[in-house]
Amino acid sequence: MSTSAHTTSTEHTAGATGTEKTAATAVRAAPGAVAHLDRGPLTMDELAAVIARDIPDGSYVNLGIGLPTTIADHLSADSGVVLHTENGMLNMGPAAVGDAIDPDLTNAGKVPVTELPGAAYFHHADSFAMMRGGHLDVCVLGAFQVSTAGDLANWHTGGPDDIPAVGGAMDLAIGAKDVYVMTKLFTRTGAPKLVPSCTYPLTGVRCVSRVYTDHATFEITPNGALVQESWGSTAADLAARLDGGIAPG
Amino acid sequence: MSRARVLDTCDEAVAGIEDGSVVLVGGFGFAGMPFDLLDALIRQGATDLTVVSNNAGNGEVGLAGLLKAGRVRKVVCSFPRQADSYVFDELYRSGRVDLEVVPQGNLAERMRAAGAGIGAFFCPTAVGTPLAEGKETRTIDGREHVLEYPIRGDYALISAHRADPMGNLVYRRTARNFGPVMATAAATTVVQVNEVVALGELDPEAVVTPSIYVDRIVPVQARHYTVQGAR
Repeated sequence: MSTSAHTTSTEHTAGATGTEKTAATAVRAAPGAVAHLDRGPLTMDELAAVIARDIPDGSYVNLGIGLPTTIADHLSADSGVVLHTENGMLNMGPAAVGDAIDPDLTNAGKVPVTELPGAAYFHHADSFAMMRGGHLDVCVLGAFQVSTAGDLANWHTGGPDDIPAVGGAMDLAIGAKDVYVMTKLFTRTGAPKLVPSCTYPLTGVRCVSRVYTDHATFEITPNGALVQESWGSTAADLAARLDGGIAPG
Repeated sequence: MSRARVLDTCDEAVAGIEDGSVVLVGGFGFAGMPFDLLDALIRQGATDLTVVSNNAGNGEVGLAGLLKAGRVRKVVCSFPRQADSYVFDELYRSGRVDLEVVPQGNLAERMRAAGAGIGAFFCPTAVGTPLAEGKETRTIDGREHVLEYPIRGDYALISAHRADPMGNLVYRRTARNFGPVMATAAATTVVQVNEVVALGELDPEAVVTPSIYVDRIVPVQARHYTVQGAR
């Protein structure tokens, strides 16, 4: 699923020759990184399409509650992707409308959905055995923060008035073969969400393989986060804006 | 003697639930929520309950109704906070209900373990997170795992689609969710069903919960609710 250009070696990559911090906190360009400078950052809908494009045909996939759910709208019918919903179904179909709404058939976000031919229902312990047993190919989760080492924080801000609610996030984070994160790269106040080390309570440790954001996509490697593709900025620009990033010379 | 009994009313079905009981409540949001049994439990009056369920109630019906009636001391769940969980939110923030948040897979598997006679199990879920703090860990095949213990119920209140008079159950679509697991994990399993069919009418190949796990069955009127709110 990764392109062959996605290296995990420590060799210098194009344009990344600046003052180095520890490699684990690095943000830098991957070899062959593509920067789209003729436009601004992606909309969330465009980002959903990018992720859909990268999900290998035929994968068994869980899309997290919220933004990741919109990826389904961009999966082509002939992709053969089978959607898993944690509340007990494989080959989930699109959202239900009108007479197709059945209160007994919802997705993990409690939104009414439909079933596709070949669907299967199962109970919760089986549903989570699919995750925890390593049977799911890909899950896509939202994030409060992701570290350049692949730690994920997406369930609890730790704030005194915040009611913690984890759902299936921790099981997905450790269970799926590939964990993608879908998020804006910066908060409303401009703080990076891709960070050297998460300050929010963790969902999983070193579990994320890719981070998809409006500004860029990142592959998480033993040497940090490598920019694969960016929109509206170069990898160097982004590294400079991200905490702990290397400003390439 | 564990043969299931088919009862006429939900009030009979929830009789005997004592104060302080641990009650497993099926459902994922509204799908599979045993609304009628919960209404009967409110009338029955048992209090100081520990409720194990995926959520902590929606709106003011079902589990939220039980919470609103002040009968719940502690909620064990994976996802209490939702757009319409205001009854729980208020109780929690004012310190009137305790909360144990459990990752959803552990919630299911801990009940499965209880029903299957598993003393405890190791799992990588929650390693390195606040939900593993204070728990025993072990490295197995180079990966850190957390020790998790079973969750047993005194009672399970669940909803299924059809039962036969022996107590065999089939469910409908994603309303199955926690029902089959909870049925195995409680000393007494109480099931509301849309229909009780004659013995032999359920295809034995399609039975999801075999009768051995079921103690009380009560048929209820199909309830028409929207996804936003019951009734």
